[in-house]
Amino acid sequence: MEVLQLRAGLLRRTRQFFDREGVLEVETPILGRATVTDPHIDSIPAGDGYLQTSPEFAMKRLLAAGSGSIFQITKAFRRGETGRRHNPEFTMLEWYRVGFDHHRLMDDVEALLHDLLDTGVSERHTYGATFRDYVGIDPHTAEARDLQSAAARMGVSVGAPTKLSREDWLNLLMAQVIEPRLGERAPVFVYDFPKELAALAKIRHEGGGLAERFELYFHGTELANGYHELTDAQEQRERFESDLALREMLGRETVEADPNLLAAIEAGLPDCSGVAVGFDRLVMIAAGKTSLDEVLSFPTSRA
Amino acid sequence: MAENYTTNQVRSGQKILIDGDPCVIIDVDLVKPGKGQAFTRVKFRNLNSGRVNERTFKSGESIQGADVLDTDMQYLYNDGEHWHFMDPNSYEQHQADKNIVADASKWLKEEDHCSVTLYNDAIIQVTPPMFVELAVVETEPGIRGDTAGTGGKNATLETGAVVRVPLFINAGEKLKLDTRTGDYVSRVKE
Repeated sequence: MEVLQLRAGLLRRTRQFFDREGVLEVETPILGRATVTDPHIDSIPAGDGYLQTSPEFAMKRLLAAGSGSIFQITKAFRRGETGRRHNPEFTMLEWYRVGFDHHRLMDDVEALLHDLLDTGVSERHTYGATFRDYVGIDPHTAEARDLQSAAARMGVSVGAPTKLSREDWLNLLMAQVIEPRLGERAPVFVYDFPKELAALAKIRHEGGGLAERFELYFHGTELANGYHELTDAQEQRERFESDLALREMLGRETVEADPNLLAAIEAGLPDCSGVAVGFDRLVMIAAGKTSLDEVLSFPTSRA
Repeated sequence: MAENYTTNQVRSGQKILIDGDPCVIIDVDLVKPGKGQAFTRVKFRNLNSGRVNERTFKSGESIQGADVLDTDMQYLYNDGEHWHFMDPNSYEQHQADKNIVADASKWLKEEDHCSVTLYNDAIIQVTPPMFVELAVVETEPGIRGDTAGTGGKNATLETGAVVRVPLFINAGEKLKLDTRTGDYVSRVKE
């Protein structure tokens, strides 16, 4: 019951924050016709479509329609994600700021976090510097085998038959070696990702290409993921296609690229940055707990 | 033949083969970077060495199960080198050496039952019952009237184990003991 009160208080303060900032609260469909093409996210089919894995596409359609800056607190669903810090149904706080780049959006996240968790000034490091500090390797140039030997050196033991790509090794090193050590005292933003990890972020053509993406870590937990959003319809289409090709190679079920999102970006998505915060993880940290089960009214095993 | 598990089927308590060694899973967690490949991190105890380790598997991979069986057996005797056990159903006998019996030896009394872990039909681990009842063979005489149980003294049990007991305990008395901690629990009335 204490945790429920804590959650209610955090929700209230989040809404107050955005109200003060003049960011409009919106609702978009939880049950949508299309879903994401992310190679590593599985949607839960429902009715004629899918339970949404994030409100991102629908919110971008609102932005393209001229909504201005918007935020949403909603349930999101991802099949098969159950663990200490995962629940297949979870609460996501997502917002977009028109005219912001990813650095200004990090300022925004920092201000909200200060309101909610009374955190101090955050640290900000590039993805490259973070890897050099914790793994001793340049993540932008290292090849899969270099990352594999770095992982072995760091004591990460991976099941034998595994053949992992460069992206997989980067993600694994981040999750297993770096993440647990980030944000012990203050929140840590990691920004400017390798271009292969751009997801839906703009790529800046500098130093061989850097994705204008950031992640936020606090108490050894990934708490948020943000982008200076890709606004080029052609490039968006190409990323969908390469996602779908990878899905096929991995033997995942095929999905269709969302035509409504593509049409919206074609019509004109304003320059903006957006971020998604795992709200249950935020409650977990505020409550001083280490697993989501302790802060959900009914985790999936008892839902 | 033991069944195999895929990464989404593994649970604590299952027995798996890691590098040819039988291991028991003690923790499982999902490692899933927001946009990246999902992994399952498995923490396990090697049943041969007792060491605890971790290994990460790509989601969807299969993990080889180990043909490990926990079974109830009767402890028969120790011939100086081996401890001998018998399956009370099949009367089949198995033996285990000092390295395997390890600390369990101090709680094993002939004819008592215990839990034995078999891998490929050989004993790899012996676990005494949580509570055993053993007689005291040697201790300083009991102090009459000291029933508060303050203080304590050493007592040698019939298996050779030495435990801390309250002052009022006498040689010849039977005691109930917690084998996990080695603590005295109570006197057993005959």
